[in-house]
Amino acid sequence: MIDPINNDLMKFEESLIFRLRSLYKGYGYLPYKMSKFEEYDFYLNNKDFLTSTNVIAFNDTDGRLLAMKPDVTLSIIKNASEEQGCTTKYYYNENVYRVSPRTKSYREIMQTGLECVGDVGVYNMCEVLSLAAKSLGMISEDYVLDISHMGILAGVLAEVEADDAVKSSIVELVASKNVHDLEKLCEANGISNDVCNKIAALISIHGSMTSVLARLDKVGFAGEAANAVAELKEICGVLCAEDGADNIRLDFSLANDMSYYNGIVFKGFIKDLPDSVLSGGRYDRLLHKMGKSLGAIGFAVYLDVLEPLTGDGKEYDVDALLLYCDEDDCGKVIKAVEAAREAYGTVVAEKAIPQKLRYRVLLKMDKNGGVAPVGKE
Amino acid sequence: MINVALPKGRLGEKVYEMFEASGYECPSIKENSRKLIFENEEKGVRYFWVKPSDVAIYVERGAADIGVAGKDILLEYEPDVFELLDLDIGKCRMAVAAKNDFRDNPNKTLRVATKFVNIAKTYYASKGRDIDVIELNGSIEIAPILGLSDVIVDIVETGTTLKENDLSPFETIVPISARLIANKSAFRFKSQAIEDIAEKLAKLTEDRKETK
Repeated sequence: MIDPINNDLMKFEESLIFRLRSLYKGYGYLPYKMSKFEEYDFYLNNKDFLTSTNVIAFNDTDGRLLAMKPDVTLSIIKNASEEQGCTTKYYYNENVYRVSPRTKSYREIMQTGLECVGDVGVYNMCEVLSLAAKSLGMISEDYVLDISHMGILAGVLAEVEADDAVKSSIVELVASKNVHDLEKLCEANGISNDVCNKIAALISIHGSMTSVLARLDKVGFAGEAANAVAELKEICGVLCAEDGADNIRLDFSLANDMSYYNGIVFKGFIKDLPDSVLSGGRYDRLLHKMGKSLGAIGFAVYLDVLEPLTGDGKEYDVDALLLYCDEDDCGKVIKAVEAAREAYGTVVAEKAIPQKLRYRVLLKMDKNGGVAPVGKE
Repeated sequence: MINVALPKGRLGEKVYEMFEASGYECPSIKENSRKLIFENEEKGVRYFWVKPSDVAIYVERGAADIGVAGKDILLEYEPDVFELLDLDIGKCRMAVAAKNDFRDNPNKTLRVATKFVNIAKTYYASKGRDIDVIELNGSIEIAPILGLSDVIVDIVETGTTLKENDLSPFETIVPISARLIANKSAFRFKSQAIEDIAEKLAKLTEDRKETK
């Protein structure tokens, strides 16, 4: 029986899927298999919660407009139960179809992730964050899990008397750590120095959980922002005592492209990979919009961005290339291939040497149906 | 080691001088050679020259940890990078220019020739103006003269080229200057080194502003 996790036939991201499944299953998350297609209207009604509004749509045989799913979360949470004190926990491994911001064209993206929906409390948030950290740890030891809380910036922006366009510009500037243009924007729109300084502090404060929380205290947040800081502190208090706490940081630039999150948000990075490999957060607003008074938190691991970790593979395509000719008896060739497989590993039989094939040993049939190497290994 | 993408040309040379003055020198870069990559292991920096419009791509995709790009490039391509500092050099503006006797007729679709399609579209969309964008790759100034477009959206530094072609800048869209950008993932793994560089460059920028 092939061991799916340790078999070298698998690419890194393929074996990772099995390891992640095993991890999530261990914490009581159940597998969730969904259809490739959903009703187009479903996405149209919830387009604010999609990372991109572009969806591949087509007509089913009965004329209904369907869509290739651009998102997994929306489909999963439809099944959430509203039992008091309980949560519905699912993990998935699905392809989604989204427009790549770089190529501006559709891409198939393989995602693995989990969702925890229901009576979500601090324990659930810590569990999900801890599973996110463990997922990253399975990819590489050199990982960073950045955590932020959307409530802090939202709380500060609630104090600002400016139109929504200015507020979304501020969010974009926070996401790009751009203090110089933030100061100009605040000045041009009559936003007070106090508010501007608070936002600038959110941009410049980042690092380990303990150092950031200490610096946040000095900024002096009030109202909704202060509540968010308090929740963040409670969560960090738990995570600080966990394994891998050194890899967890706080960074409040996690703000853009996260319009559907309302509380804790987080992103995972792996050294030498230019893009984030994991993204998640709390998204209660989506549940509320669906008429459910539930909480929800989840994350996805983007397996497609892990491809560079697979490396270029082996030096050879096959261990041995066995040359035969039309005159050779086919039965003997098959036996020769079996013998070569025993002796060398992987074998391909051809009548001529393929130009692009990389092989370790060249073999020829001898008169008795045996095989013998030609030249050096 | 911090990989730094510098924009080839006059601006890049000024940028390198700022890095040098901040303690990140790499003497081999000044030798007259065709080399494209220069390293100072002791200072932990590796510089390479790339086409100015490509700097953002090198940084966004992680081939460079940091780089210096004009705000025009950042607005046009909207790369997903951190913008850490305004270096206050390479200053100019993105402007709408047209023939000296141009009068805008809001009843007609405005024909706009530009290299900066995204900037032009965003600017006119914010004003609710219907435009026909004509994408050109160079010699933009010739478009209104030959009647290809009504206006152009382009970078204006001194305005001399416009003047010599009987064109005038009519509106400023946004001021432009060189910005220090960083890859979002690299920033998380090399934050101390990148922030040290940004801090020293910021100090130098402030000092230069004060002496002006």
